[in-house]
Amino acid sequence: MDFDFLSDPAYDIVGAFLVTIELTILSAIGSLIWGTLLAGMRVSPIPVMRWFGTLYVNIFRNAPLTVLIVATSVVLSDTLGIRLAARTSPSFLADNAFRLAVLGFIVYTSTFVCEAIRSGINTVPTGQAEAARAIGMTFSQNLRIVVMPQALRAVVAPLASVLIALTKNTTVAASIGVAEAALLMSTMVENESNALFSVFVVFAFGFIVLTLPIGLLLGVLAKKVAVKR
Amino acid sequence: MSATTSVLYDAPGPKARMRNIIYTVIFVLILAGVTFWVLYTLSTKAELAPSKWRPFATMDVWTTFLLPGLWQTLKAAAISLVIALPIGAILGLGRLSDHAWVRWPCAVIVEFFRAIPVLLLMVFAKALFVVADIGTAENRPLLAVVTGLVLYNGSVLAEVFRAGILSLPKGQTEASKAIGLRKGQLMRFILLPQAFALMLPAIVSQLVVIVKDTALGSQLTIAFPELLASARTITANYGNAVATYTVIALIYIVVDTILVLLANRSQRWMSRRGKGGGRGGQLATTGAMAETELGVPGVDDTMLDRKGGPSGRFTQLRWVLRHP
Repeated sequence: MDFDFLSDPAYDIVGAFLVTIELTILSAIGSLIWGTLLAGMRVSPIPVMRWFGTLYVNIFRNAPLTVLIVATSVVLSDTLGIRLAARTSPSFLADNAFRLAVLGFIVYTSTFVCEAIRSGINTVPTGQAEAARAIGMTFSQNLRIVVMPQALRAVVAPLASVLIALTKNTTVAASIGVAEAALLMSTMVENESNALFSVFVVFAFGFIVLTLPIGLLLGVLAKKVAVKR
Repeated sequence: MSATTSVLYDAPGPKARMRNIIYTVIFVLILAGVTFWVLYTLSTKAELAPSKWRPFATMDVWTTFLLPGLWQTLKAAAISLVIALPIGAILGLGRLSDHAWVRWPCAVIVEFFRAIPVLLLMVFAKALFVVADIGTAENRPLLAVVTGLVLYNGSVLAEVFRAGILSLPKGQTEASKAIGLRKGQLMRFILLPQAFALMLPAIVSQLVVIVKDTALGSQLTIAFPELLASARTITANYGNAVATYTVIALIYIVVDTILVLLANRSQRWMSRRGKGGGRGGQLATTGAMAETELGVPGVDDTMLDRKGGPSGRFTQLRWVLRHP
């Protein structure tokens, strides 16, 4: 196999993976916050919030991520003129695409975070919530102080698989021109057609390096924080 | 879920009712504000104009762009599932083999293709087919999409098969050995038929993932003319991006929702079967799934309403597979 392209300055492979990591981290934080709020809505005593949460999750979970990401660019930015970076900035195109992609990932991934947390709530024994009610806690106290802390500890492993899926999904940002790993690989397989397999191996290896530790580390963490019952 | 059945809060008294009403009003106001802002933005850009939506009321747009696109999407998804199922079965059974030289390669293949984004697989497959001159210029995009989907979903389905077989009660294997069945017979006559019924909802759910992933086919160099690709031609013709993307997203959502409903139905069918033999209970107690790192035991997506239903372990398997 021919790995000459690794030393070619035209291909910033490390830089591309750094963008992938950046996309992943920002989207993960946003999805965790918005997903937790959605989960709170879906179990709340207020019907309108429950309906909204259910509708939101069922719409965005069943739409392909690719459609959402392409739509942030074509519909939000190009058609409606909603831009997430200053027009005058020299890096306007790159910044705008990057932020639109993060927005798209948050909209999509938060539905999976919401469902994970919702099922985590189900692992908390009924007695916990009943006892909290018995001592007079309100819904939000019950959720914040008693149920959520236990539920979140139970969902570390499912959230890890959501995070791994998100890491792989960030490649979709290539379709709106974010300079991350998949876009670079797509350029490289065109230009380096004699080193096709080595290019693929390098990028595949990159993603294995990114996803494997997430699974292992969070797997250990999941065992550590699990509520012993 | 009515207000009185949740374990998280009591039936509201006068004070709580008042508070709930206030929260409802605030929330509705926020929703109304966002809706108004969206509609206002749309109307200032003239995206709500009837002329931009009217094309979708004519047969022309459907027969020229949308339906051919949807056909390609469904075709790619169906072909991928049909090829991925046997590959998944072989890899899944391979990982359960008694021989290390079969087990290890299968494990490496499954873990490798599960860790790599489908988009990379498709881009690579497309480039490879061009260089190696496999297929024709017309069918290469379809080949690339199917290859990517088969490699990824074959690996995921391998884990489904493995988990399904491991989740069967040990007594099944022991009884079969006791009456003198060979390994192949045990698999064919006893384990596979039972495991397949258990796996049915997971397989249907995986089809949702496959349908969603076909949308990757129109991106980058793959150039597969599926449903999302038709958006470009429609907007080029009518200049109605908002309407086009809304309609296309809705088509995907309807197709996927139908598949989700099918998955739920097959799960109910399965749990009814389970009730007679008491298998549901046994499923939940086997530790097999824990090793596959697919999720947390006992996770159930029916949440809060604890009316039984299918056992936690299998719901959890399905839940994980609903993932992107």
